[in-house]
Amino acid sequence: MIKIKNLHASIEGKEILKGLNLEVNAGEIHAIMGPNGAGKSTLASILAGREEYEITEGSVDFDGQDLLEMDTEIRAREGLFLAFQYPVEIPGVSNINFLRTALNEIREYRKEEAMSAKDFMALVREKSKIVELDPKLASRSVNEGFSGGEKKRNEIFQMAMLEPKLAILDETDSGLDIDALRIVANGVNTLKSDKNATIVITHYQRLLDYIIPDFVHVLYDGKIVKTGDKSLALELEEKGYDWIKAELAE
Amino acid sequence: MINDTMEQSKLQKFTKAFKETTIAFSQSELERAREVVFNSEFPTTRNENWKYTRLGKLQNLELQNNAPLQKFKVEPLSENSIQFIFENGHLISGNTNSLPDGIEIQLLSKCSQENLSKFDDLNNLNKKDLFYAMNTLYCNNGLFIKIKSKQKIERTIEIIHVQSSQNSVSHFKNLIIAEAFSEAHIVERFLSDNSNSSFCNSINELKVEDNAHLTFDKIQYENPNAISINSDLVEQQKNSTFTINTFTLNGLLVRNNLNIEVKGENSITYLNGAYLLKNNQHVDNHTIVDHLAPNCESHELYKGIIDDSATAVFNGKVFVRKDSQKINAFQSNANILLTDTATINSKPELEIYADDVKCSHGSTTGQLDDEAIFYLRARGISAKSAKELLVSAFISDVLNHVKNEDVNKHLNDLISKEFGWEI
Repeated sequence: MIKIKNLHASIEGKEILKGLNLEVNAGEIHAIMGPNGAGKSTLASILAGREEYEITEGSVDFDGQDLLEMDTEIRAREGLFLAFQYPVEIPGVSNINFLRTALNEIREYRKEEAMSAKDFMALVREKSKIVELDPKLASRSVNEGFSGGEKKRNEIFQMAMLEPKLAILDETDSGLDIDALRIVANGVNTLKSDKNATIVITHYQRLLDYIIPDFVHVLYDGKIVKTGDKSLALELEEKGYDWIKAELAE
Repeated sequence: MINDTMEQSKLQKFTKAFKETTIAFSQSELERAREVVFNSEFPTTRNENWKYTRLGKLQNLELQNNAPLQKFKVEPLSENSIQFIFENGHLISGNTNSLPDGIEIQLLSKCSQENLSKFDDLNNLNKKDLFYAMNTLYCNNGLFIKIKSKQKIERTIEIIHVQSSQNSVSHFKNLIIAEAFSEAHIVERFLSDNSNSSFCNSINELKVEDNAHLTFDKIQYENPNAISINSDLVEQQKNSTFTINTFTLNGLLVRNNLNIEVKGENSITYLNGAYLLKNNQHVDNHTIVDHLAPNCESHELYKGIIDDSATAVFNGKVFVRKDSQKINAFQSNANILLTDTATINSKPELEIYADDVKCSHGSTTGQLDDEAIFYLRARGISAKSAKELLVSAFISDVLNHVKNEDVNKHLNDLISKEFGWEI
């Protein structure tokens, strides 16, 4: 589904990604872990199309197309979804209006008919249940006055509405209590199928108790330095990232 | 001195084609108007009141007072509205005889001096203003409207001004009284037809008497070369509510003076405005709320979206006089600049002479939030739609103050047509 090859990227002249390789196939869940400053969020931002970063080398193939050549909205319409670490508050724009605009622009891009207001509302009701999002929040302004947990649930709700091929969850667990974490993870698991894939970016192993990854990668200093299965996450939790640093130093 | 003479001659030249009014204003009012017009010059930016608005484009117009009328047809906002259409200041449609109970409307040209002079005491400060004086001296026509006491007028009163033909000019004035315990809704629309450049100088004088509720929606949608200067002089008596919503959606140079004197206790005033500018348009809103009585509240919200090389001016003054205790006065002006060449001059002012009041004022200017645009795009929304959503969201709270559904829908249609924004 996505093939990242030798990706180098910098911001304001500082190199953050230094030759990152990653391949994710349909039906898989990959976790990317790593210490602060390793480049985890940079990777998510670049994949979503943030323009502040300069790609100096490498390629990203998304379902046979050059992802890096696409504008942010085209990536979304092609099926890439980023759950933001810090979802943006947009006063005055209702969640519903926003999602309806998004859904219909995506459908138009795919040459599908626009969804009727009735079908759309039915979909909102169905999908908001997945993350136990109060339907009232759906009609409020995007993320405005939402608690941290509500914001993250709203991200997963949007993901449920847009049904992406590849979802990237950027530190979705940060700031969540156990209940919220469980709800968010349950949402992600419910949406999982053999046709889509998920990249879970996290600092802590905790989320991976609920979202079981097929692969765990350690991102350190701009590169993936170690790959394993879910037991690698547990090992990291136990030993901390210094262990990886020490191993690399050898 | 030499400079003065030159300026004066500009004004003389400008007013050359204008004819003195035949409306029965009192001699003292006319004399005062002559005094001002004959002894003034166009205000320059040295004048604090006109600091950010140059009148060069107006001064250079060669206006014609007698352009033939085109009898423009305008769709009413609702079939039910009481509609009057003026073209270049002259009535072309509307009937003062078939009116619902509780309302009396007369053309100023047929209005008695007794009715006209009811407004002589209003807002005296403003009467030294050149454009006010010109309006009196050269007044074409306008309406005298009386909402009779204890009457609620269900139908919207719709006053439409059309500027037609090249270099047309109009001076018109509406005199409006909402008597005690009455309630009414008035819409004033400014349009152009087949007119490349024009000047419209309009005045509304409004008296809102005890316990009356008056709502006034003003929609300015002239063509991109039209110049207009508008003044609304308002007086509120006790327990009254006055709401004015001003929307400026087109025009080359638009100046709005809104002066509200709150003279009676327990009154509420709402002033909302939205101005959406593009190209090289210039829109200047000067508002004054003068709290002369205690226990009142005023809420002012003006928002602007300024694109291209357009310039907006907001100057909002709130006075709370010495014995006007327990006043709640809130004023807010917020602007979004869509380009690096768009300009806003915003000056919120508060002068408080009472000690037990709750007042706030603020002004913000910013650009569209890049983070929000990225967030919307990351959900598949095009950059253009993302900007439209944000712009619409920004002014939606001003539009939400427009309670009349027909007006609200009309504004949405105009904004969508003019700017492509759906609100």
